[in-house]
Amino acid sequence: MSKSLKLTGTALAGTAVVLIAAHNFADRFVSPMPTDAPRLSAGPSNPDLGFMVAAAQADEATHDGRYGIGRPAAPEELAAWDVDVRPDGQGLPPGSGSVMEGEEAYLTYCAACHGDFAEGLGNWPPLSGGEGTLANEDPVKTIGSYWPYLSTVWDYVHRSMPYGNAQSLSTDEVYAITAYLLYSNFLVEDDFVLTNENFAEIEMPNADGFIIDDRPETEYTIWRTEPCMENCKDEVEITLRATDLGVTPVDPEQEEAAAQTGTGSSGEETVDTAAVAEDTGDMTETAPEAETAAMEIDMALAQDGESVFRQCQACHQVGENAQNRTGPHLNDLFGREMGGIDGFRYSNTLLEMGEEGGVWNEETLAKFLANPREYVQRTKMAFAGLRNDEDIAAVTEYLKTYSEN
Amino acid sequence: MTTSFKGPKPSRRQFLTGAAAAGAGAVAAKAGHAASPNPLITDVQPWASGWGDPVDATPYGMPIKFEDHVIRRNVEWLTADTISSINFTPIHALEGTITPQGCAFERHHSGAIELAKPDYRLMINGLVDTPLVFSYEDLERFPRENHVYFCECAANTGMEWAGAQLNGAQYTHGMIHNMEYTGVPLRTLLQEAGLDAAGDLSDKWVFVEGADASSNGRSIPMDKALDDVLVAFKANGEALRKEHGYPVRLVVPGWEGNMWVKWLRRVEVMDGPVESREETSKYTDVLEDGTARKWTWVMDAKSVITSPSPQMPITHGAGPLVITGMAWSGHGRITRVDVSKDGGKTWETARLAKQGDPKALTRFYLDTNWDGEEMLLQSRAMDETGYVQPTKAQLREVRGLNSIYHNNCIQTWHVKPNGEAENVEVS
Repeated sequence: MSKSLKLTGTALAGTAVVLIAAHNFADRFVSPMPTDAPRLSAGPSNPDLGFMVAAAQADEATHDGRYGIGRPAAPEELAAWDVDVRPDGQGLPPGSGSVMEGEEAYLTYCAACHGDFAEGLGNWPPLSGGEGTLANEDPVKTIGSYWPYLSTVWDYVHRSMPYGNAQSLSTDEVYAITAYLLYSNFLVEDDFVLTNENFAEIEMPNADGFIIDDRPETEYTIWRTEPCMENCKDEVEITLRATDLGVTPVDPEQEEAAAQTGTGSSGEETVDTAAVAEDTGDMTETAPEAETAAMEIDMALAQDGESVFRQCQACHQVGENAQNRTGPHLNDLFGREMGGIDGFRYSNTLLEMGEEGGVWNEETLAKFLANPREYVQRTKMAFAGLRNDEDIAAVTEYLKTYSEN
Repeated sequence: MTTSFKGPKPSRRQFLTGAAAAGAGAVAAKAGHAASPNPLITDVQPWASGWGDPVDATPYGMPIKFEDHVIRRNVEWLTADTISSINFTPIHALEGTITPQGCAFERHHSGAIELAKPDYRLMINGLVDTPLVFSYEDLERFPRENHVYFCECAANTGMEWAGAQLNGAQYTHGMIHNMEYTGVPLRTLLQEAGLDAAGDLSDKWVFVEGADASSNGRSIPMDKALDDVLVAFKANGEALRKEHGYPVRLVVPGWEGNMWVKWLRRVEVMDGPVESREETSKYTDVLEDGTARKWTWVMDAKSVITSPSPQMPITHGAGPLVITGMAWSGHGRITRVDVSKDGGKTWETARLAKQGDPKALTRFYLDTNWDGEEMLLQSRAMDETGYVQPTKAQLREVRGLNSIYHNNCIQTWHVKPNGEAENVEVS
C-alpha cells in the first residue's frame, strides 16, 4: 500500500507545483488582477509569487515529491510527547514503586474521587472489585475485573491523572499508584514493588476476555436482507414508557415557550414578573440590610466567579440543598472554621489548622486557592489551584453570594 | 443576578399541559378563522412601520430570542460532573442535515480547553522516515478537501438498552452532529513524514492523541488512516468551536465519535495498538456471556423520527402532517428509510430529501394525513450495503442486555390523540 501511494504522490508532484502556484495566484489576486492564463504558465511577474514556484520546485527535488512543509521534531520534543505505554511494556521509563508508597500517594491524589479502597465514590469510577460480575445483569467493570492490560493503568494515570492536575505525578509515584491498584484488586501482596523490569510479568485476570468486533459475522449477515413491509407482526403492545421513570431533565425554557403559544404574550409577561418577584423576595429575605453592609458583594465580579466556579463544582456544591460530595459544600464558607463541617473527611492538616483557630476568610481562601498544596500540606483537594488573582477574586465574590456572614 | 442564579423550574408535566393547551388554542383559532379579521393583518404592526436593528447591532449573530430553547442540554445524573461529560444536540428542533456548530453536542473527558493557533503544534512520529512538527499555518499550506460527515458518540442511545428511559429525541439520539469539514487528509501528512520506515503497512496502526489533559488517545488501523481520515480545522465554513477541538481535530468518517480526537497534537505510526483506556476499559461492548467486543469502530445504520417526538408534539390536530427524521450509516450512503405508524406491523417508504452522502446524515419525510388517532411511530434505515436497521429485540438477541455502546435500534414514539408523544418500548 505504501508503494502505490508514494507513486501517486511522485507522479502528481510535477503538476502540483503549477497548480499550487495557479491556485494561490487566483486566490490572492482575484479582484485586482483577473486570471491571465498565458502569463501564469510563463511564470508570474509578481516577485511574491515567483518565490513560491521556486520553493516548490526545490522541495520537489530535495523531498522526493513531498511538500517540504513542517520541520523535523527535536529529540526533546519527541521525549516530551511520545509517552504512550503499550501492553508489552514498550514506552515505560525506568522506575519503581511499592504498594506501601502507592497507598500514600493514592490517598493523597486519588481517594477523593475513587474512594479509599478504590471502590469509587458517587458517580466516580470504581477501580477495584467486580470480579466475576461481567456476565451478570449489571457488570462492574474495574481494573481488576475488566481491564485487559496493566499498561493501560500506568499510561492513563501517568498522562491524565489526577483529574484536574494531570501530568503532575513523578514516574515513581505512577509505579507506586499502579502497584497499589493491583493490591486493592488482590492481584499482588502488600510487599510488592512494581518496576519497569517486572511490569510485563503481570497478567490481568480479564486479559482473554475480549474478542475483535465480530458484527460482520454475527449481525451483518442476518440484517442485510429485504425488510418486511406488511403484516410483519400480529400484535403490538407498549411494554415500557419513559415517563414512568421520570428521569428526563426538565426544559424550563420550553415550558415557557409552550405556555406562550398557549396563552399569548400577556401570559408570558405574567410568568416573568412572577419569577422576578420571587427572586427579589428571596434576596431580601436572605440578605438583610445590616449583613449586606458587613459584606458587600460586587455582583458583576460574582457573575465572573460563577464561570470560574465551574472548575470547582465537580467536587463542591453551593446553594439550596448543597451537600458534601467529593469536597465539602461551600455555603456559609466565610467565617467557617477550617475543617469545620462535621462528618466530612478532611486531611489531618486542615483539621489541625482549624483546631489552631484557622478560619476561612477572603485572605485565607486566596492563599489556599493560589496554591492548595503549599497552604494546606497534604490536602485531599486534588485541584492544582487558580493561576491568576482575578479568578480568585471572582470566585471569592461568587462564594460570598452563598454566605450569610 | 436574579436570572443567572435561579434554580431549576418545575416541571415536565407543566410543559406537557402547556403543549396540550397550545394544541387546543390552535384548534379554537381555526374554528373561528372566518368570523373576525385578524389584527395581525388588518392593523399596521410596529415592525411594518418603524425600524429594525442596524447592521452594526450584531457583528456575529445568534439565533433570534424566540428560538432560545433550541440549545444543547445535558442529563445531570449521567456523569459525576460536567467537565467530563456529554450534552445533546437539539435534533428534535433542527431540519435539513447540517448541524449548526453552536448547538452541536459536546463530549469532553477533561473539559473544553482554550488552545490558540500560535500555540498549536502537531507532531507526526513513530515509524516514519522523519518525525515532523507542523504549526497551524503549516497545515493550511497542504491541499485540502471538503466533506460532510456525521459524528456520533458510540454511547448515543446507550441509556435505552435496558428500556425506554429518556423522553425526547434530543436525549435518546442527540449525541450526533453532522458538519461540512475542511481539512487535510491524514494520508498527506503521513506521506510528508514518509512511510518507508514503516515497511509493510497492512499491519500498521496510528495512535492519535489530543492536547488536553485526558489526551483521549486512540489507535486506528493504517488502512483507515490512509483512506478517508481528515485533519480538520474548519466546520460549516468557519473555525472549529472550542468545544469541538479548536483549532484542529481529527475526523474519522463513519467511526465512533470518541476516535475523532479533538485538539489533535500527535499522530504516531506504530506496529500495534496502544490499548489505551478509551479502547479497553471504555468503548468496548460486554456481551451476554461476559466476554467483550473490542475495536467496534463502525457506527451501523440508524435513524430516528425527530418530529413528531416527545419534545415536538403535534399541535395542529388531525389533517396534513409532516413526519420527519434523519438517518445515517457509517458504512456509506443511506438508500432508503421506511416509516411505520403502527409499531412495526406495516411500513411505508419515506421520501429522502435528497440522495444520501456517504457517512453523512440524510433527511427523510413522510408527508401524510393524520386521522387524529394514536400512532406508534418508527423509522427504519437501510444503507448501500443492504443493512437494515435492527429492532431492539434483534440487538438484544445477539448482544444481551449489558451493552452500552452501539445501540442502533429502531426507536418508537407513542403519539396520543392529543398530539403528545412519548418514548416507549413495544413488543
